Amino acid sequence: MSTLTKFSAIPYTGPAPTNRNPYIPSDVAVHDARGAALAEKLQHAAMQQETGQDLPTFIVEKSAIVNVLTVLRDHPELRFTMPLDCWGVDYPRREKRFDVLYQLYSLQNNERVRLKVMVGEDESIDSGINVFKGLDWFEREVWDMFGIRFDGHPNLRRILTHEAFQGHPLRKDYDPAQRWLLTEKDVAQLTPVIDDRFKDVDTDFERVTLNLGPSHPATHGTLRIVVTLDGETIIGADQEIGYLHRCFEKMSETHTYQQVIPFTDRLNYCSAIINNVGYCLTVEKLLGIEAPARAQHVRLMLSEFMRIADHLVCIGTNLVDMGALTNFWYLFQPREEIYGLIEACCGARLLPSYLRIGGLAVDVPTDFLQNAQRLVDMIPKYIDDVEKLVDRNKVFLDRVVGVAPISPEDAIAYGFTGPCLRACGVPFDVRKSNPYIGYETYDFDVPIAEGGDTYARYLVRMEEMRQSLRILQQAIDRGLPEGPVMVDNPYVALPPKEKVYNEMESLIYHFKLIMHGIQPPVGEAYFQVEGGNGELGFHVVSDGTKNPYRVRVRPPCFAIYQAFGKMITGQTIPDAVAALGSLNIIAGELDH
Amino acid sequence: MNPWMLYLVWPLIKFLIAFVIVQVIVAAMNWIERRVLGLIQARLGPNRVGPWGLLQIVADPIKFLLKEDIVPSSAEKIAYFLGPMLPLVPAFIVFCLIPFGPPPTFAVTHTNVGLLLILALTSTGVYGIILGGWASNNKYSLMGGLRSAAQMVSYEVPFGLSIVGVLMLCGSLDLVHIINYQAHHVWNVFPQLIAAFIFFVSMNAENNRTPFDLPEAESELVAGYHTEYSAMKFAFFMLAEYSAMLVNCCLMVSLFLGGWTLAIGGYGLTTATLKSMGFMGGLLGTVIFVVKVMTFMMIYIWFRATFPRFRFDQLMDLGWKWMIPLALINIFVTGIVVLAAPEMIINGSVVPVGETILAVAGAATVALTLFLIMKPRAHAPKVIHASRVSEA
Amino acid sequence: MEQLTASMPLIVFVMIGTVAVASSILVVAMRNPVHSALFLLLTFLCVAVLFVMQKAEFVGAVQVLVYAGGIMVLFLFVVMLINVRHLPDERVLSNFWKGGFLVGLAVFALFVTMVRPGVYHDENPNKSKLSTVRDRVAINSTKNPGRLGHKRITRHNVNSEAVANALYTDYLVPFEVASLFLLVAMIGAIVIGKRELSAVEEETAPDYMLARVETEREIKEAMSA
Repeated sequence: MSTLTKFSAIPYTGPAPTNRNPYIPSDVAVHDARGAALAEKLQHAAMQQETGQDLPTFIVEKSAIVNVLTVLRDHPELRFTMPLDCWGVDYPRREKRFDVLYQLYSLQNNERVRLKVMVGEDESIDSGINVFKGLDWFEREVWDMFGIRFDGHPNLRRILTHEAFQGHPLRKDYDPAQRWLLTEKDVAQLTPVIDDRFKDVDTDFERVTLNLGPSHPATHGTLRIVVTLDGETIIGADQEIGYLHRCFEKMSETHTYQQVIPFTDRLNYCSAIINNVGYCLTVEKLLGIEAPARAQHVRLMLSEFMRIADHLVCIGTNLVDMGALTNFWYLFQPREEIYGLIEACCGARLLPSYLRIGGLAVDVPTDFLQNAQRLVDMIPKYIDDVEKLVDRNKVFLDRVVGVAPISPEDAIAYGFTGPCLRACGVPFDVRKSNPYIGYETYDFDVPIAEGGDTYARYLVRMEEMRQSLRILQQAIDRGLPEGPVMVDNPYVALPPKEKVYNEMESLIYHFKLIMHGIQPPVGEAYFQVEGGNGELGFHVVSDGTKNPYRVRVRPPCFAIYQAFGKMITGQTIPDAVAALGSLNIIAGELDH
Repeated sequence: MNPWMLYLVWPLIKFLIAFVIVQVIVAAMNWIERRVLGLIQARLGPNRVGPWGLLQIVADPIKFLLKEDIVPSSAEKIAYFLGPMLPLVPAFIVFCLIPFGPPPTFAVTHTNVGLLLILALTSTGVYGIILGGWASNNKYSLMGGLRSAAQMVSYEVPFGLSIVGVLMLCGSLDLVHIINYQAHHVWNVFPQLIAAFIFFVSMNAENNRTPFDLPEAESELVAGYHTEYSAMKFAFFMLAEYSAMLVNCCLMVSLFLGGWTLAIGGYGLTTATLKSMGFMGGLLGTVIFVVKVMTFMMIYIWFRATFPRFRFDQLMDLGWKWMIPLALINIFVTGIVVLAAPEMIINGSVVPVGETILAVAGAATVALTLFLIMKPRAHAPKVIHASRVSEA
Repeated sequence: MEQLTASMPLIVFVMIGTVAVASSILVVAMRNPVHSALFLLLTFLCVAVLFVMQKAEFVGAVQVLVYAGGIMVLFLFVVMLINVRHLPDERVLSNFWKGGFLVGLAVFALFVTMVRPGVYHDENPNKSKLSTVRDRVAINSTKNPGRLGHKRITRHNVNSEAVANALYTDYLVPFEVASLFLLVAMIGAIVIGKRELSAVEEETAPDYMLARVETEREIKEAMSA
């Protein structure tokens, strides 16, 4: 005999995020003030500050964009040297329908700036590739997705879609239900440009052009690298991506906010939860809510576990590529255990979709901390084992030291972030520069290494795992805060089933949320987290409806991989394979 | 005895027995390798078919036989067909020349240039790889074939040179004689420590085993020379590789570790002792031989589990700049010692003065090399902690 | 039966010899260089068998080891490096085939007249050099009945020792001259074949290497002048 418990109706008294008001960031005053200060320093006629944004934002005249980028880069007090992102947004009803957005970062001041350029339908914009090398692929992506031409771009081809694809998919008037028949014969024949260093070298051997990928054991995903070889030396390389393009950004526009979460899992599938965290935090920022302390704590812990898992995969597969087979299993063992922990939380392993906007899907099991402690105690042993196997191994050192190096200047100009940038000796970590979910309260170091070669990347990743373990130990010692794991906000979180069955109000909230979804206020928000490979940024534009108007993801691999051809030129194929593994290119993330 | 029986029938029967046993070992090696690798790599390995997965040995050939035999349309048909066949022939013939136990019963043939013939035959094993790589009409295969050709030709030199020291000590190209000599003196691995090391490294390289598996480096060349091969043709490549591994281990044991004997200075299980025990003694000798060989097969597997792969230029550097000069120095030193320190026979027993000198010198060299290798590298990047991003 | 046993060497000789001759003709007749190389390999192997039949196991083994195992592999290496898959349709015989045929015929005639039964057949073994070596060895080994450990150099390999003796005593000077020639040829090949350093290599190469490259360039210029 069951008894129904009658819950008392506790009316919700908090603020209601509605679609009627425009989005105002909580710290808007700070950003506006910083923007004003920037404008004062620059005194640039073509830049007009846009207030009310979550970053210092400027609307730049289309003709002056190259000049503005140059000024921002070279200004001695500002030094916005790092091109973090460049993307587009389509507003078809506007007179100039496209926004091209740039986000730059200044390592010197730890400051970000966003530039907006409005571009009309048939207009083109000057390419910033001569200012920032790293804009190359980002501009190609904007051209591919929106059809905005970049004048002066040397290689403005489609990047994510097929060569024979018609239309530009992220335009609002592009019908996502269209189907194209795309065949192999339309694929662009890549002929790598032979590097200047090798142009004047006369050789007795025939130069061979070799296709590494899209299906090659070393690519760990569908990447394609075309190399021109002189003997075994790579004298020219070009890389092609898009084989795993699944229109993440377009799909997001046709799904509700919560439904986007499983798509984010599939970006960097080696560290899926970090993607969840990044996306949820962005939407939460747009909603003006914050997940409960317990949920934030779990998010942080799982993020760190995922970072460890990501690095384990990266190092493990990298070593396999170099023939050191055993390390793969030594490193995958703790990874499996980490997935076991996540499985205990939500039942899924690789792609858990554990987070929800406003908290977690379900509470963690009661033995979560004990299991976490067991893992934290266990993982160092495996890392040490691998270190013993390879760290002083002459064969390994010969394969990695000095292989595929990149200078700090180049790395910054290409928009490197994460371990690959830190391996060049640049201490940039989002967890330190823009702390989130309480990272500022933890004591941890950011490892950097010198050289920027494959060995440095290996060292940085190894050390980063140890630092993550430090964070985890502190998090375990603090214990899980008591309380719910979901915000108490009926516009975001579904009421508990008991309430739905027993209270009219909860039933209505439930109905509204299921039918209309979360409806953030009109506006845009950008948020970044430190992913396994570097800065993982999400830019969400809301038009007040249940579907995101635009979701932009900044995949860290994208910026890193565009430098790959340059990095491996002059090296041999085995070096290229070793370098590719050390960059940890995840095709899911790379191709959106 | 009828010469036909003596020279044709008996050797043929013995060869067939040896052949069958060797093939069983080769098939079993596949299983053993996967199980041992599993053990080292903290996983299981094949354990589903039969007890401990033992029937995997049978299941694999059946699978190979039943798979479709794919011939690429642009392949050079004859060469493509010859590719997997050619390395099998020398790999099988060589077993005629290896004495598995005290002759004449446990050796198929006995010729006084046996060692040279074995070297000659194994040196032709590379053709299969080269032809297979070339005939597949695939760039990866071709690169695998080319790498293999260069690698095998390069490592043939230290492989051959490392044997010379042994030959100078023993004064014969006859494996039986070399083994007997070791039983009456000391295992050659002691006076010829460096030669044994070079021989072992070179035989790893000759067999394309990790860390020298560049011709088939999965992550670089997909599968190297056998990328385009499937079914039984692929199995033939594997068969030839494992047979060649076995041959090289047999050579290693015969040249440096006293073959089927277990004796030092004439004491212990020498050939004469074994022969006096009759057939069972011969069998015992064979068992000793096989145990030694399997030890080296295990070391092969251990190597595979431990080392990363070389890069091609590093491989060539190692071969030409280290192994060959080292082998030449070894020959030089051995020659001097052999001439300067002849054997002394005191009270009728042999006192190996030269061997002792060589052993000490070899051990010292190895110790020095290890010291130099293990020395920490100066230019290795160091991880620097930045406690705060703004500091840097 | 007895007859068959006795005539066995002849049968084998005829078989192997036929294959050797046929394959050596095919070496020049084949259009595809890889096939030519393979037939050359077959020729080498047949010749090795012939050596073994003449009880010259050492020479036979070395023939296989050096020619088949080393040189032919390098041949194939080079042949494979140049893409030979699509050969132009050329005439099989070159324009000089008549002259070449005449020269070949003359050489053949020379061989037939020189190498006829009896010329190199040792009527009296004691007069031949190789035989004297063998005799000496035989005397040595009868003097010292092979007790193990008694003598380092045992006299097993009559064959290899005969070769060594011939090379290092009677033919020492030609041998050394030949090896010197080979050394010179090898150095020349390296100097000619060495490609110029690329820009990146010049940046990174140490000074001594640059100096060496400079020397090589001078040698090349001197050679071409």
